[in-house]
Amino acid sequence: MIKFLLEKDTWQEVFDSLSKNKLRSILTMVGVWWGILLLIGLLGSAKGVENNFNTRFQNYATNSLFIFSGTTTIPFKGYQEGRRIKLKLDDVEKIKKNVIGVEYVLPSLRGQITASRKTLSGGFGLNGEFPFRDALAKKNLLWGRYINQNDINDRKKVIVISEDVYKQLFEKGEYPIGKLIKVDNLNFIVIGVFEVVNVGGPPIEADMPFTTFQQVYNRGNDIDVLTITGDADFDINQLDADVKLLLKNIHDIHPDDNRALNGFNLGDRFEQLTGFIVGMQFLTWFVGIATLIAGVFAIGGILLISVKERTKEIGIRRALGATPYLVKRQIIVEAVAISLISGLLGIISGGLILILVNKFVGQGEDAFMRNPSVSIGMVFFALLIVILLGTLIGLIPAFKATSVKPIDALREE
Amino acid sequence: MLKIHQLHKSYPIGDSSLHVLKGIDLSVKEGEMVAIMGSSGSGKSTLLNIIGMLDEADEGEYILDGLPIKDLTEKKAAVYRNKFLGFIFQSFNLINYKTALENVALPLYYQGMKRAERQELAMFHLEKVGLTDWAKHLPKELSGGQNQRVAIARALAANPKLLLADEPTGALDTKTSYEIMAFIQQLNDEGKTILMVTHEEDIANMCKRIVRLRDGIIMEDTKVTQVRAEQYV
Ligand SMILES: Nc1ncnc2c1ncn2[C@@H]1O[C@H](COP(=O)(O)OP(=O)(O)OP(=O)(O)O)[C@@H](O)[C@H]1O
Ligand SMILES: [Mg+2]
Repeated sequence: MIKFLLEKDTWQEVFDSLSKNKLRSILTMVGVWWGILLLIGLLGSAKGVENNFNTRFQNYATNSLFIFSGTTTIPFKGYQEGRRIKLKLDDVEKIKKNVIGVEYVLPSLRGQITASRKTLSGGFGLNGEFPFRDALAKKNLLWGRYINQNDINDRKKVIVISEDVYKQLFEKGEYPIGKLIKVDNLNFIVIGVFEVVNVGGPPIEADMPFTTFQQVYNRGNDIDVLTITGDADFDINQLDADVKLLLKNIHDIHPDDNRALNGFNLGDRFEQLTGFIVGMQFLTWFVGIATLIAGVFAIGGILLISVKERTKEIGIRRALGATPYLVKRQIIVEAVAISLISGLLGIISGGLILILVNKFVGQGEDAFMRNPSVSIGMVFFALLIVILLGTLIGLIPAFKATSVKPIDALREE
Repeated sequence: MLKIHQLHKSYPIGDSSLHVLKGIDLSVKEGEMVAIMGSSGSGKSTLLNIIGMLDEADEGEYILDGLPIKDLTEKKAAVYRNKFLGFIFQSFNLINYKTALENVALPLYYQGMKRAERQELAMFHLEKVGLTDWAKHLPKELSGGQNQRVAIARALAANPKLLLADEPTGALDTKTSYEIMAFIQQLNDEGKTILMVTHEEDIANMCKRIVRLRDGIIMEDTKVTQVRAEQYV
């Protein structure tokens, strides 16, 4: 068998048979090629979306929730509706003390600033943050470092800016660390530049030490946003409700007033998106395999149409001295060769399509997918299936033509 | 060369069966050229196919070149066909996507001969039937007579002892038929044993012996003086 596979004759015979029955071969190849192409394209894209999703979320504790203050809509305890709620620093301790399942509570401040440098300027969103922010929502720093405890203690005039801000205020390629930028007319030293990953909510464009923010903008004990994480196995929605109930109590908000405190929790979004991804993967596999099977059936159909023609040919070959083994062997090699070639073409063109897809929709911050790809194992699996099915189908005429007497095969018209 | 004794063959047709050969006795010596005649449906092809091991008898004895042909595995049968027998069919039975040369070389491929060697040998046989210039052509580009010559070259390629032809001139006009017969006679002159089925008296008379079938038995078996085909070509 090995010797047979190494012989030029074998392949000459396969090549002849395939190249001289062009229509049959081309239809077969298109069927397999299309199936594999679709499978790879779909699986790759699904992977791309999944990758994208993972990179966006990898830096976040998924059991976190955000709460920011709003305006009351129901009068309560003598207060009119339309009252602006102010969260306070002591809320942090109260939440930690009174709500079960809380892991961390992190306050931050938010504002709008005008930042400028030399002739360049722009308006940005600014956060006042503690160093711990970096642990809850990891920032990928392109340069420099994040805020540290010294910055907090000394209320240093330092700032960590996003890539976007960097692009607006600095020349391309300029090294930003240690440079001064003007934030609302005060000089700040840039200590870090972080990559933008957007998970929803207002864009975060620059962070400065919480205490510096407090002082510069005269914010007293106010806070704008609370980031709360729950214990690993604690239901984030329960936590969300518990925290809001406590805050409503503290700030005299009517229990049914849902506008006085705003926020969202990542658990919710994570679940939605996970569901979406799982759904998409399922769909992909389903569609991919369905196409593959359809492709193989198409091939089967074509091959079956050619059974009669084939049967006669095999009858002739048998009359000339081909043993059933030789006949089957040749047809199997033919079927394997054609499915292998078209499968490989499918893999190559599928790969090219993924590269193109990546080029057009896989770049930039809000790309729909990231690095769409398929695993080698998957590729081989698909190829194996195609070859197996192709061979089985190829065997139908071979078995049919070798199981009857040669004369019956010859009689086939 | 071959010896047949009380050969029977029936085909099942629905619930009943059709008894086609009802005890054939026939022996053919080396170098003979035998025509098998009979009306349509008399079982000529059936007999020839059994002799060619393309079909199997139900009963009886068949010895080819000293070898009893009975209950052969298909593998053995294929090897015997390749070694001992050459076939010429009414409808040529060439492989339509192979050139004349490739068709002729095919039996040699199944003998395991090397490519270069078999191409050379196939070319030699094509030359013998006068088709050197047509070697690279496909069957559809050749006339009926040319195709039958390719088929003859193919039947000869593996140098078989016995040549079996089922109405080799059945699809050809008279002139071409005589050309083909001239080839076949020449092969017989060179010592090949030939068995052919035919409908036509003139073709049968170009053989050396005529066997007539009727109702599944041999009704008549006579030696004839051979009419040479060359004179009509
Ligand atoms: N595979 C088969 N199944 C059933 N019946 C068959 C089969 N092959 C042949 N027959 C029948 O057997 C009989 C003899 O057939 P055969 O082909 O041997 O005749 P023939 O003498 O060669 O006739 P022709 O001169 O028309 O070629 C016919 O009646 C035919 O219908
Ligand atoms: Mg017949």
